[in-house]
Amino acid sequence: MTWCEYPGAWIGLEVFQNYGCRMASGLGLTLQLVAISFGLGIIIGLTLAVLRLRGPKPVRMILHGYMTFFRGTPLLVQLFLIYYGLGSFRPFWQEVGLWWFFRDPLYCCLLAFTINTAAYQAEIFRGALQSLPHGQAEAARALGMRPFAIFLRVEMPQAMIVALRPLGNELIVMIKASALASLVTLFDLMGATRLAFARSFDLSIYVVAALIYLALVEIIRRVWDGLETRLTRHLALR
Amino acid sequence: MQYYLDLLSFGPEGWGDELLAGALVTISIALATLPFGLALGLAIAVAKRSRSWTLRTFATLYTTIFRGVPELLTLYIIYFGVQVLAQRLWSAVGLSGNFDMSPFLAGMVALGVVLAAFSAEVWLGALNAIQKGQREAAAALGLTKWQAFRLVVFPQLIRVALPGLGNNWMVLLKETSLVSVITLQDTMFIATRANVATKEPFLFFGAAALIYLFFSVISTWGFDRLEGRANRGYARAGASR
Repeated sequence: MTWCEYPGAWIGLEVFQNYGCRMASGLGLTLQLVAISFGLGIIIGLTLAVLRLRGPKPVRMILHGYMTFFRGTPLLVQLFLIYYGLGSFRPFWQEVGLWWFFRDPLYCCLLAFTINTAAYQAEIFRGALQSLPHGQAEAARALGMRPFAIFLRVEMPQAMIVALRPLGNELIVMIKASALASLVTLFDLMGATRLAFARSFDLSIYVVAALIYLALVEIIRRVWDGLETRLTRHLALR
Repeated sequence: MQYYLDLLSFGPEGWGDELLAGALVTISIALATLPFGLALGLAIAVAKRSRSWTLRTFATLYTTIFRGVPELLTLYIIYFGVQVLAQRLWSAVGLSGNFDMSPFLAGMVALGVVLAAFSAEVWLGALNAIQKGQREAAAALGLTKWQAFRLVVFPQLIRVALPGLGNNWMVLLKETSLVSVITLQDTMFIATRANVATKEPFLFFGAAALIYLFFSVISTWGFDRLEGRANRGYARAGASR
């Protein structure tokens, strides 16, 4: 018996024992999907937020359209649009040598999750940057700081504290949304659970999966609470 | 180009009428879920502020669970779980035949319990924003607790809760796309079927995206108007909105 069969054996649930290993690797895939897309989303989202606020007008308008589209349509539609939709232009992708990317549901999933969360995170960062009082940047300029230094040393640290809580919520939303990966043939935690159910017809496996997701979300919530207390300890807010 | 227009046209050849029917199902399940989810959410929020430990614990447990479990999983558990339970009950009572849960009902219940969990937080925040004096004044006027809630607290509650509830609605609207996996014939389901029949996924999922986008944009506009109306007694001259 390998380690991933123990939890199932321990609580005496046969399905969970039989599919424990698949669910463990599914959990791994879920974590990977979320970590990569959320991480890339932070970088892209931050860039987009700055461009949205300070870029030239045409760029601002395009970004407004991008954010409206990706925040106004379901992630499931976006995922299908990328995996089935873009995937249907096979000759074109082969021509430009990107077929390996759009052929693979994993990459399509990562792409869909990343641009989706980037749109939401861009909105979070935009709100955070806008919430800062003007005086902060003005004071920094009066001190002779360069624009980039002002952004990095004065605006970012303060904006990040404002953005922290919504970012935590977005991470939780992403964990839950990653279950959609199972609909494009990926075996993430949800996919493994669906497989286990389809083969065993034992509903309790869904409850086990729910508890795992719940634990994941609860851990993140706790970590985020700790992070927030630590990062705001210099503020007299609480 | 003509080929694509034909595919989206109304009539036996095109998918336009089917997509429209799907859009109607999408908006009806969202609208059907809304009152049920919001009412349950308000009840949970009131339970969270209750003096009884049991009620408080139950409410906290409820929101923790349904906010933490993926909606897709909740949908599966309710669709398959309730079916299995009802089937057992069905047989236990001694009735023959099968119990079939309609996907619409399952979708409505699943989306509704999730909406309740999220809207409970919004309601709770709004309830906390209403000063104690309002209730005390109502009591001093001889209103019963229920009257005080209905006539004094609730009208103010709506104003504070509206922006948050607007967000809840937008999330709900997008989540309805999940019910297509339990074979409810909504926009997403029709788009998938059209894709299978015509092998034009980009066209049909693009059309589905535009349908959802249309609903989202309309909702944003509607909620802006509603908020303006709810705040009409508060707007000051020269205020930003």
